[in-house]
Amino acid sequence: MEKFRANLMLCAGTGCVASGTMKVKDALQEELKKKGLAEEIRIVLTGCNGYCAEGPVLSVYPGEIFYQKLTVEEIPKLVEEHFLKGRPYEKLMFREPEKKTAIPLMKDIPFFKHQVLRVLRNKGLIDPEKIEEYISRDGYQAAARALTAMTPEEIIKVVKDSGLRGRGGAGFPTGLKWEFASKVKSDVKYMLCNGDEGDPGAFMDRSVMEADPHSVIEGMIIGAKAIGAHYGYIYVRAEYPLAVKRLQLAIDQATEMGLLGKNILDTGFDFELGIYLGAGAFVCGEETALMRSIEGKRGMPRPRPPFPAVKGLWDKPSVLNNVETLAQISPILLNGSEWYRSLGTEKSAGTKVFALTGAVNNVGLVEVPMGIPLRRIIYDIGGGIRKGRKFKAVQLGGPSGGCIPEHLLDTPVTYEDIVATGAIVGSGGTRETAREATSRPSRTSQRTSSAPPSAVSARPHRTRY
Amino acid sequence: MPRLKIEDLQKIKEQHKAEFTLREGGYRAKVTVHMGTCGIAAGARAVMTALMDEVAKVDTTDIIVTTSGCAGLCAKEPLATVELMNQPPVRYCDLNDEKIREIFREHVLGGHPVEKYALVVGSETTY
Repeated sequence: MEKFRANLMLCAGTGCVASGTMKVKDALQEELKKKGLAEEIRIVLTGCNGYCAEGPVLSVYPGEIFYQKLTVEEIPKLVEEHFLKGRPYEKLMFREPEKKTAIPLMKDIPFFKHQVLRVLRNKGLIDPEKIEEYISRDGYQAAARALTAMTPEEIIKVVKDSGLRGRGGAGFPTGLKWEFASKVKSDVKYMLCNGDEGDPGAFMDRSVMEADPHSVIEGMIIGAKAIGAHYGYIYVRAEYPLAVKRLQLAIDQATEMGLLGKNILDTGFDFELGIYLGAGAFVCGEETALMRSIEGKRGMPRPRPPFPAVKGLWDKPSVLNNVETLAQISPILLNGSEWYRSLGTEKSAGTKVFALTGAVNNVGLVEVPMGIPLRRIIYDIGGGIRKGRKFKAVQLGGPSGGCIPEHLLDTPVTYEDIVATGAIVGSGGTRETAREATSRPSRTSQRTSSAPPSAVSARPHRTRY
Repeated sequence: MPRLKIEDLQKIKEQHKAEFTLREGGYRAKVTVHMGTCGIAAGARAVMTALMDEVAKVDTTDIIVTTSGCAGLCAKEPLATVELMNQPPVRYCDLNDEKIREIFREHVLGGHPVEKYALVVGSETTY
């Protein structure tokens, strides 16, 4: 195998691609060739790095030097300075809005520094289109353990003890859901993944599917073993072309290597997985509507019970888990439930991914331990509100959620505390809004009511596990 | 691609270890070739090429090669610095293809600095 002295991890998530990653990649390739560096320096296209606001972004290893807002014009200078002469190129480095000094290292940039990565553990570190890179980061080790050394009961116990709750928004305990389905006797069961992300401002699941598709597939294999399913679908909306492409590639590679299909890893366990493209109806994110949609019928919810664990897809016992939930499974199995509980709170364990959008400075994707105050997400990681304006409210949970105003910003992000404000944690989409420029009086600031308003609920809750 | 058995997962991980050492840190040795204008003019390019060639020949995953700018002693270029974990850096001068290969074998792989090519041990004081 040829060896490289440096890896250039260039973000090829949807955000950065829209900002011009592919042109930058061509320019980089050409320039490295011109300088005779093509054999020693490797360009790796990664999934979403998270810092979408600064795209296209590039991290250089070794050294973890972070570059932002790359342009084709700057590439010759970057290559000459950093990759030929070894002098990191200050002009393209991150600068804190208020300060002038350039920050070269990823770990010193507030946006990255305050995050804790579990779901996003491979973001920007692997090429999502190469299964070997996922395997190199302990990929499929948890599936191997689940298939060879664990009974379904043992798997369910670890997931239950971890306290993992459905990350699609409803927060139902994942282990409990698996347990219900495992106890129902049936010759056919289904393990399903909900990739029908549709809340405004939400792109957590898309990013996970784009950046680390195998983590979702591995979670599904483990879930399939736990409930005794041999067939599965990933339901993903057709508006996510890059996610669909990378998922399909991941399924093909995993199937070819015997990690999906018949007799996985020679263990005798079968699990066949396919993708079902949704047409983008918002309601199809609801589990019963999603299952009807896969059946080829109009995607409409039906009353529950019977719950899908008893009667789901084609009336067979089915489990539907959200993308982010599934991506949490393999680290939980490898590291144990205590490790998972080491972050978060008693009732809301672990980490949650949020998408920051709207008036916030650092639009992007972040992962934080549950229980931290909203204020820290918006100010420490999100960098506060753009153009020095004043924060007005943050919309959480999409149409089923609500708007949380300034005086509730110290609310810890847990399922219970956010519900108490009247909003919901939801799937993780957030939309920050700012007050109008302070020079003009804003209508909302003239509110006369003395009681602080709680979050304003937008619509009845939609259940999405 | 052949179908995998469980032990193959570990093998794949080992095969890609070098790449991930770069990305995750945790290397044992770092070789810096000084490639300022002076270094390049004096032949640092050939030194780097020879070094990469040696690295490719050995089956290791814990060595990284990097570049930096002018080290300030242009008269003695090409320069390179070898840092082994928990040892002071050793700077070598007046390098060429053969010398860097010898340094790689003796110092980087063998752990013994090559005194005859060494300029200085340790690093300058910085504030």
